[in-house]
Formats: sequence, C-alpha cells, structure tokens
Amino acid sequence: MYVATKGGERAIGAAHAWLDETRRGDTSLPEITAAQLAEQLGLAVDRVMAEGSCHDRGLAALAVKQSKGDLIEAAFLLRAYRTTLPRFGASLPLDTDRMAIQRRISATYKDLPGGQVLGPTFDYTHRLLDFSLAAAGGPRSGPPEAEASAEATPRVTEMLAREGLMQREASIEAEPGDLTREPLSFPADRPLRLQALARGDEGFLLSLGYSTQRGYGGNHPFVGEIRMGEVAVEFTPPELGFAIDLGDITVTECQMVNQFKGSRTEPPQFTRGYGLVFGHGERKAMSMALVDRALRAPELGEASDSPAQQQEFVLSHCDNVEATGFVEHLKLPHYVDFQSELESVRTMRASVEKTS
Amino acid sequence: MSGYNFAYLDESTKRMIRRAILKAVAIPGHQVPFGSREMPLPYGWGTGGIQVTAAILGPADVLKVIDQGSDDTTNAVSIRAFFRRTAGIATTESTAEASIIQTRHRIPERALREDQILVYQVPIPEPLGRLEPRIAETRRMHAMADYGLMHVKLYEDIARHGHIATSYSYPVMVNGRYLMSPSPIPAFDNPKMDRMPALQLFGAGREKRIYAVPPYTSVKSLDFDDHPFRPIRAPHACELCGSRDTYLDEVLTDDVGGRIFVCSDTDFCAERQAMKEAAE
Repeated sequence: MYVATKGGERAIGAAHAWLDETRRGDTSLPEITAAQLAEQLGLAVDRVMAEGSCHDRGLAALAVKQSKGDLIEAAFLLRAYRTTLPRFGASLPLDTDRMAIQRRISATYKDLPGGQVLGPTFDYTHRLLDFSLAAAGGPRSGPPEAEASAEATPRVTEMLAREGLMQREASIEAEPGDLTREPLSFPADRPLRLQALARGDEGFLLSLGYSTQRGYGGNHPFVGEIRMGEVAVEFTPPELGFAIDLGDITVTECQMVNQFKGSRTEPPQFTRGYGLVFGHGERKAMSMALVDRALRAPELGEASDSPAQQQEFVLSHCDNVEATGFVEHLKLPHYVDFQSELESVRTMRASVEKTS
Repeated sequence: MSGYNFAYLDESTKRMIRRAILKAVAIPGHQVPFGSREMPLPYGWGTGGIQVTAAILGPADVLKVIDQGSDDTTNAVSIRAFFRRTAGIATTESTAEASIIQTRHRIPERALREDQILVYQVPIPEPLGRLEPRIAETRRMHAMADYGLMHVKLYEDIARHGHIATSYSYPVMVNGRYLMSPSPIPAFDNPKMDRMPALQLFGAGREKRIYAVPPYTSVKSLDFDDHPFRPIRAPHACELCGSRDTYLDEVLTDDVGGRIFVCSDTDFCAERQAMKEAAE
C-alpha cells in the first residue's frame, strides 16, 4: 500500500553527508588547502572571482574547494556571500593607464610605446601533456628576471583617439547603476550592460563573441590591446572629500578596435568594444569586448538582427548562476503540473478517438 | 543564526521588498520590479518566495512551506529548514495553524482566512512570455491592457482541440485590469484565488518581480462565453481519504499499469483520514 513519502529531512541530511565524504575523497591522500588552490589553480580561482563578482582570491579558492571544483557552483557560493556584504559606495573609475603591467600585447601595431610584453601566457605553448608534472617535482627553474621598464604604457585606443580616429566614449559623471541592487530594465545603458557582461558566463560570451566572427553581427574586430596587471582601487569617502587608495587588484582589460563606416552625424572612424574582468581572464575579456561592441549596434545605426546584438537576449541569459538555477530547477518535483497535463492529453486523445 | 540578520536579509533589503509589496498590493496583478538579491538557494528554487517571506516574517509568525501540495517534498523541507535556521520561527504542517504559507505549484484545499498570507514561488511572472519573449514589449502590452494576443492563443486552442489546452499556469485577469500568471498551479486551483480572504503575494527572484492579489479581489480565469473555464482534475477518489473534490496525484504502483490516486494536499488528506478514523 502506498504511503505518502516521508523522511525528506533525513534523506537530505544523509545526501549532504555523502557529498562531504566524496568532496574529501581518498583520505590516504593529503587534503588540499584553499591556499594551494589559489596558488596552483589560479585561473580557476580568477574565473570564480569574475563570475562571482567578488574580488577575494581567498574566498574564491575556498568556494572552489567547497564546490569540488564545480566552478559555476563556486561562483554561486561567492555570490551568495557577496550579497550579504554592505555596499558603501562606488570606487573611482580604475585607471588602467597606470597599470603595473604583467602582460600587454597589441595586435594592431608591430611595436608601440611600452612595448609588447608577453607575460605568463599559454600562447605559443605546444599543447603536449607534460608528464613531468604528474610526478611531484622539485623546484623548477623560474623565468629570467629583468628590471621593470620605466617607460609609460599608454593605451592604444587613446593614441588612436588623439588622432581623431577612435570614437570617444561619452563621459558619464553620475554614479553608474548597480544591477545587483536595482533590477535591469530594457533598454539598458552601456555601464549596466558592461556590468552584466563582466559577471556573465565565460562560455556563453565566448560562443556569442565567436558567432559575431562567423557573420552573426560581425564588426571587423582587431585586438587594439590586451593588458593584464595590477591597478589601484581608489575611493573618495564623503567625509574626507579626497580619494584614498584601497589597494591593488589584478584585472585583465581588452580593447577591441572595430570599423565604423560613419553616419550622418559622425565621420568614419574606429569604435571600441570593451572588456574588463577580475584576475587573469583573457578569453573572457576578449569575448566581452566582442559582445559589448555587438550590443552597440543600435546606437551606431547598424542592423541588429543577430543574437549577440540583441540586448534582452544577451543580458537576460549571460548570467550562469541564474541560468543554472533555472535549468536545474527542472529536477524539482513537477508532478502536480504533470498530472494536469496527463489529464489534458487523455481528454484530447478521448475526443480524437470519439471522432475517428 | 549568528552572523546573519533575522530571516537572513538585512533590514534595508527587507524595507525595499516591503515597498515593492505595498506597490504590488496597490496595483493588483501588476508586476513590480524589485532589487532581487542573490540568495543562498538557487534561482528557480523559490528565491522570490523566500525573499517575500523573509520580508514579511515576524518572530510570532508560524510558517508552513509546501511544494506540490506536500510539506515533505525535498525543496519544501529545505526552505522550511532555512527559515527555522535563520529566523528561529515556529513552523507547522497544518494549513489552519499557519500565519504564512509559502507554496510552489498548489493552493491548499482548506479555505484560507483573512489572518493568513499565501506566498507563491514564481518561475516566470510574465503571462505573455510564451507569446512575446521581449520584456520591453510585454510591459507596453500590459500598460495598454493589450491582451488580444492571449485571447487569440486560447481561441486557437479551441479551434485545434475543441477546448482550451492550458492545464496549469492558466492566465487570469485580476481586478478586471491586469493579466496575471497564477504561477504554475494547476488550473484546478485558479477558482480558489477569486475573492480569497487571505492576501496573496507572488515572488519571482530570478526575474526580479513581485506582484500581489489583495484580499477579496476578483480573479477570473480567461475564457469565452461559449467556452467557459473548466478546472480539470483526475476523475477519481483519493485512495487514502476518499475525497472526490480535491486535486489528486497519480501514483504508479507497478510497471504494468497499476496506479492509485491520492490527494496532492497532504495536510488536508491526513486531516480527513483522522476524521474518518475518529468517526469509525
């Protein structure tokens, strides 16, 4: 005889205990620490920081550990923590012109002030599994050291703008909106769009950016510049009236240079697609820059019929914490609605059988 | 729980949500955007309902949480435990004893009272969403009360199937003005919303919308004069309590077509079973 299902609470407790056990894995192996993750799986930690939109490597590493390496789950953990923090104001805009450069490359010039700095990159590595890493190795030889260049590293887009060839961005004095506090409404302005993209899913933005290259909303992009390094975060407390330095954070910035044929009011010039992410996240910064430029189609009088150019589509679906929640909610019980569908289909079938 | 405010959300967030609720009550059926927070439970798992409940919950409240009509489904258990942990309030499985009932996909069978609040978890607040995915456009349609598209959809159902084929999330008109999604409750439950003495609040966390039906407000399921609204239920009696007028779940008992039907509202069913036993 059927008895109404009971014991949900106990089952949940047991499931979570099992999860804890599988997280730890084989106890004959040493437990991994969050500090090790932050040091040795740094790019995973950076991605969680970016998509969790909370700049704290220690907490992001803890989230990676707690989530067993499920990076979307880790971003979710970090977001749920972030939302409990008080918001005390907006920082001054980051001045990436004054970045302590670790990596800086331009695809539009052979050489330029500040030079091409490769930095720590996978580019040009041959993707051969390095079996020497499988063995616990001793210290490896580090990179050769050199004095940091004292030369300034001006931004490529700024040099183009001085020549009048790069469209200047509208300067906005007002504090930008905060989509974690106020719901997004459409059409969303560019600061809000960039906010959504900066915390958007890397894979989703990568695919959308890729789609623009394959003809779905293309705009002839060149990597004007990618730079990665530390920048100072400054904040002006109202009671002081002048900016104080809160500390340095590592960010990756990508400025895409895109063609623009000009309009009735504007001469032909280059336009910018902009990407900025926490930590070292080049793929994400580039994808973001492509999508940012695609989303500017309406303001530049371009046709906007490709997915990457439609802001409701892009902004409503780029958040992986929202997306994973809603997709995965399908595994919650739906038997009440399914029952009504069953009755509805049975009724329809009965009426078909009657008429045939 | 140490380190967190009563019912998890900080007071300024609760105030923001209460303001959205007040606006929603003032404009029955209208979706009010609100600054939905990231909750420690996933989007799509009741974050809207949880935020509404957190904003209205007081220390003296008694909370009931149901999913599919049952108190013991896993997500209902989880949400109930969340509020026990973060607010330390009393919880109950009894519809009659609860002051706040948070629900997913059902309205309790027992009629609710004026001193109760029903909080719905809402996945997709926009009733026109399946016909027009752009929110900028559906907002315009609501502003103009331009609901022709929905009537055409229902008409096409009738033309194709002979009756309206929507069996849950069946759209309703609230106070004769706003088209509203009742959340994915079975159409069977729609009539319970009409002039309900309890306040009905709807929270959609991921979509960042709150809406409401104040007590004793008219809620009409869309239909046509020659095709009146008909709530559907499985045409059987509950195997456990014998009820013939409640919403039933179909439970498979073997793999050769054996099945029984039982009340989806487990509290209502248990009460009826107890009454039956007492009478015997």
